[in-house]
Amino acid sequence: MKFGVVVFPGSNCDEDTVYALRNVLKQDVVKLWHKDTDLQNVDFIILPGGFSYGDYLRSGAIARFSPIMDKVIDFANNGGYVLGICNGFQILCEANLLPGTLKRNQNHNFICKNIFIKPQHNLTIFTENTGPKNVYKIPIAHAEGCYFADEKTLQKIIDNKQIVFKYCDEKGEISNQVNPNGSLKNIAGICNKNRNVFGMMPHPERACDQLLNNTDGKTILEGAINILEKMGK
Amino acid sequence: MSNTTLTNVTDAIDLGLLTEEYDQICDILNRTPNYTELSIFSVMWSEHCSYKNSILWLKKLPKSGKNMLVEAGEENAGLVDIGDGLACAFKIESHNHPSALEPYQGAATGVGGINRDIFTMGARPIAQLNSLRFGDIKLDKTQWLLKGVVKGIGDYGNSFGIPIVGGETFFDKSYNANPLVNAFSAGIMHKGDMISAIAKGNGNPVFIVGSATGKDGINGAAFASKDLTQDSVNDIPSVQVGDPFQEKLLLEATMEISKTNALVGMQDMGAAGIICSTSEMSSAGKCGMKIYLDKVPTRQKMEPFEILLSESQERMLLVIKKGKENIVKNIFKKWDLNCEQIGEVTNSKRLEFYFNNECIANVPSESLVLGGGAPVYEREYKEPNYYNDYKKFNISTILPPSNIIKVAREIIKLPNIASKKWIFEQYDSMVGTINMSTNCPSDAAIVNVKGTNKALAMTVDCNARYVHADPKIGCAIAVFEAARNIVCSGGEPMAITNCLNFGNPYDPEVYWQFVNSILGMKEACEALQTPVTGGNVSFYNQTVNPNSTEPCFPTPTIGMIGLVPDKNHIMTLDFKSSGDLIYLIGECHDDISSSEYLANYLNIQSSPAPYFDVNKELSLQKMIKLLIKNKQIKSAHDISDGGLYVNLIESGIVNNYGFDIFTNHEFRQDAYLFGESQSRVVVSIDKNNQSKFENFLKNKTPYTFLGQVTSGKIVIDDVDFGNINSVKEDYLSTIESILNF
Repeated sequence: MKFGVVVFPGSNCDEDTVYALRNVLKQDVVKLWHKDTDLQNVDFIILPGGFSYGDYLRSGAIARFSPIMDKVIDFANNGGYVLGICNGFQILCEANLLPGTLKRNQNHNFICKNIFIKPQHNLTIFTENTGPKNVYKIPIAHAEGCYFADEKTLQKIIDNKQIVFKYCDEKGEISNQVNPNGSLKNIAGICNKNRNVFGMMPHPERACDQLLNNTDGKTILEGAINILEKMGK
Repeated sequence: MSNTTLTNVTDAIDLGLLTEEYDQICDILNRTPNYTELSIFSVMWSEHCSYKNSILWLKKLPKSGKNMLVEAGEENAGLVDIGDGLACAFKIESHNHPSALEPYQGAATGVGGINRDIFTMGARPIAQLNSLRFGDIKLDKTQWLLKGVVKGIGDYGNSFGIPIVGGETFFDKSYNANPLVNAFSAGIMHKGDMISAIAKGNGNPVFIVGSATGKDGINGAAFASKDLTQDSVNDIPSVQVGDPFQEKLLLEATMEISKTNALVGMQDMGAAGIICSTSEMSSAGKCGMKIYLDKVPTRQKMEPFEILLSESQERMLLVIKKGKENIVKNIFKKWDLNCEQIGEVTNSKRLEFYFNNECIANVPSESLVLGGGAPVYEREYKEPNYYNDYKKFNISTILPPSNIIKVAREIIKLPNIASKKWIFEQYDSMVGTINMSTNCPSDAAIVNVKGTNKALAMTVDCNARYVHADPKIGCAIAVFEAARNIVCSGGEPMAITNCLNFGNPYDPEVYWQFVNSILGMKEACEALQTPVTGGNVSFYNQTVNPNSTEPCFPTPTIGMIGLVPDKNHIMTLDFKSSGDLIYLIGECHDDISSSEYLANYLNIQSSPAPYFDVNKELSLQKMIKLLIKNKQIKSAHDISDGGLYVNLIESGIVNNYGFDIFTNHEFRQDAYLFGESQSRVVVSIDKNNQSKFENFLKNKTPYTFLGQVTSGKIVIDDVDFGNINSVKEDYLSTIESILNF
């Protein structure tokens, strides 16, 4: 499969994402420069983490207007698979490809640590192969990761089963105590209604390399790759 | 005063120069300097740029070694050969004075500055550490400084995207008004790709790239070279403002340019801005430059001398091969950065600065720089009275504690012992996917060198209380502790960088601390064969009150890198399973001198440095290396602040294990558990390996069987000390609860 990783000025997880896909998951990867408009026939687009344009304004608010984003939006609207990680998630919300928004963390601090997430159903490529017991240890690193949506929107994403991952403890219990940033309903990751656009605050690409002693992120990404390959991608 | 008004000695004194320095400047120029020229000399001859009060002693430190590719003072940072065609550039620098006045920007720009030092050489930064010192954590001012500094480091480093993989934070009232912020960065490059900080080639164009120049940080270097006083708040315009986004773009553009052949040399603009980089690059290439200051992109209307001295961040000076300008311009255009030609290299060996065709300054480049015409002073020094008073300390005057369990509980909650989680969780420690210590901690941070079988071990260390008690021994301990941390992680110590934070060098007692620290460092580095690759000196770390002067503890922070030649031999500090046996390697002593227990639990400040013997330390480190190499041990953790008890807790907390141990009744129990005598490491081994392990050590190194790892209970001499979970709660929550009170 051929992945495209978009590079905005200020992206800083682009190299890590490329490394995880190319060196660990053995996929074809190209970088997509923000000023370009050619998606180079990729099958899957990832918007990586970082501080696009410095994120001095609302996170992702400027990146959303990059030339490449018009093409990413068309790609997504035509059913193409898109995953936004951290800053990428923020950009997808700004681009209205995903509902809701990401606010400043409840404690107003940047938080970097391992947390646990639990898939909410097996209706997406990332969770189809996961069992009910599965809990993943994945790092977070963000200052604006508090997921928020108005009541009507939130109800809609619940009804449509668009919540993909929730923050939990290591046993899979979901509670306020293990919500790192104040996200509504402990939301760590969501998808669009068509289940082809995904956003998550945790960084699966940081949990791929065996040398770092945590490969839970690899399991998540590998699950999706296996399903898409079976679909002939 | 206008830019070209002629000056007199009063102007010189106002700018922080000495009378004899003014005379020297007149001699160099063979005429009276104008105001711009005098300003140039005042910043370039400031302590910060010229090292005039320290260089004689710094030159005594060892700087050569078999792995050194670039030695101290030759380039912006030292460069060490790590094999596989790769080299590591690393350095530590202080940003104390700006952080004391404006903690957020002060700390942020410290991070920016040290990273620029690394990537201006063509090395991509891969890991950062920092070493912080604050006053009494209960003071509002300390909390304001701490929160600002941590946020500044975090906001800059997180956006820039290089992980912070380790560090240390120490609280003592001597830092109440003057915190220390020391930032370390290490980068990797291919051996042949180094960019030099040199200008040469008559007619080659000189470019300024990166951010536009503003009025921030004018005279910052001079500001950092005087005492902090109550009036220092008026110097706030001397504090620079950081923009990590520009720095990230500058990094990427620099990395692209390093792969072209368009560049002659490059230097970042740090202290003293354009004047510093033009003079150092010209002096290195034995040439001159003509610079047209009106061509420098500015953010606001500025006087020529302000453009010359501004310390605006995220800028670089480039000398390009004539005819290759477009290669460079296109790369900076791609990254949306300024890139303006502001002058050219000349053969004149003089720096000529023009503004609207008027020459506003004309000075010989070499006269400005360290190793050239900058003054060098021998300062007098005198042993302070406290030094011998401290040595009179006798442990027998301290009554053994009546309730050792209470001491254990309280020790864990001392701010210097408790977890610094509140601090380090605000730093991105995992970006780059090279931090191998996140899930498996070691005494030093372990950084993966992708694409090789190697890793780098990095640490920053200095127990300034030891240095204060005995600068020579204390500074040697700082170096050996750094090495011990590297060795306990499976690494081989390679080289150090130092950040020498001291008080006013004109105070003979402060200078005595400086001189003896250098002597201790020299001995330690020679014994370990770890050369000093560079660093910086920060004097004037003290607060001048109307009636008294409060110097900070002398704090020679040591940043050390080590090489782990084989990733299979990384050693970690955490207990691995219940039933494993725990051993102490090294000698025990009835020593509580300068310990956290004595200083911050019993509140007794006057005691000497803890027990230390160079030869015992060297043989201990040798043994630990052998144990790791021969796969004899499952964990290794050196005993430092808080003593054996804290060491065991730190090893247990990671995986929620406790321990059941016996102390040796030949020693006082408080000294055994909380003393900080040096050269001791705790290891754990598989219980089936006991006889093989003991045979390995026998007759070579002193060791003591302590007991075993438990599933959570803490038992000492058959007495129940509670469970690891409740200790963990105290350990993790103390700092946060003090700050949120």
